[in-house]
Amino acid sequence: MTGFEVMRAENGEVTLLRLKGYLDAHTAPDLESALQKLIDEKRVKIIVSFKELTYISSAGLGVFMGFIEEVRSGGGDIKLTNMNQKIYRVFDLLGFPTLFEIRDDESHAVGSFAQPKSR
Amino acid sequence: MPQAKKKYQLRIPSQTDNLELIREFVSRVARKVGFKDDAISKIELAVDEACANVIEHAYQKNDKKNIDVAIQIDYQKFTIIITDHGRGFDPKKIKTPDMKEYLAQMRVGGLGIYLMRTLMDEIDFNVHPKRNQVIMSKYFLDKKAKHADQSEARPN
Repeated sequence: MTGFEVMRAENGEVTLLRLKGYLDAHTAPDLESALQKLIDEKRVKIIVSFKELTYISSAGLGVFMGFIEEVRSGGGDIKLTNMNQKIYRVFDLLGFPTLFEIRDDESHAVGSFAQPKSR
Repeated sequence: MPQAKKKYQLRIPSQTDNLELIREFVSRVARKVGFKDDAISKIELAVDEACANVIEHAYQKNDKKNIDVAIQIDYQKFTIIITDHGRGFDPKKIKTPDMKEYLAQMRVGGLGIYLMRTLMDEIDFNVHPKRNQVIMSKYFLDKKAKHADQSEARPN
């Protein structure tokens, strides 16, 4: 039993990963495997929900950093949703909001995959 | 919340699955001496980053080694001293990264020291041939309070 779980759901081309528990140097490899699996399956439109995530360290943020380029070059994106203030602060301290699309909830993120990119 | 001098200590094997216990130890002591959630989460993250660095870099994932986490409390501040007996490093080479450049290059890893410096009021590295220490402090009166709101904003 680790303190971290990744739950996967699919909605057409879009995959939703719901993170639960804590994401640190111990559990980051689990998220890495989940993302690598999606890339192997060519499912690159990815939404990650942080609703049930209680903690994140730089090891967790580094996972997103490690995959974003590959995902985008394959025509997809990793969109981040439902962050509480504590989690958002860590992303913000490291300047991630300029690099990642961060949305309030999953449905907005799903919709945004259907629309042309504004940037 | 003025405090009398106290010391707490944890010696724990250098394994990533112990990071949770380390965070819990530090958070509990911080709460006990009166820190609020916001400061506690900064302290626990800074300590996690320091210990994760010890596990990965100083001990290079050798889980037979120990990490010592000591907390010293005095009237003004809460100090955490993390000691390892692994591979040293040159503290002069630890620069605060330019985050814009860093993000542009999409580098993985190495964010921990930047976070530690940002989250704590003071940080010092003490490197000896067979012993490395990271010494981090947070003052009971928030020295950085005037900057605290900058990072609290939520996305649209």
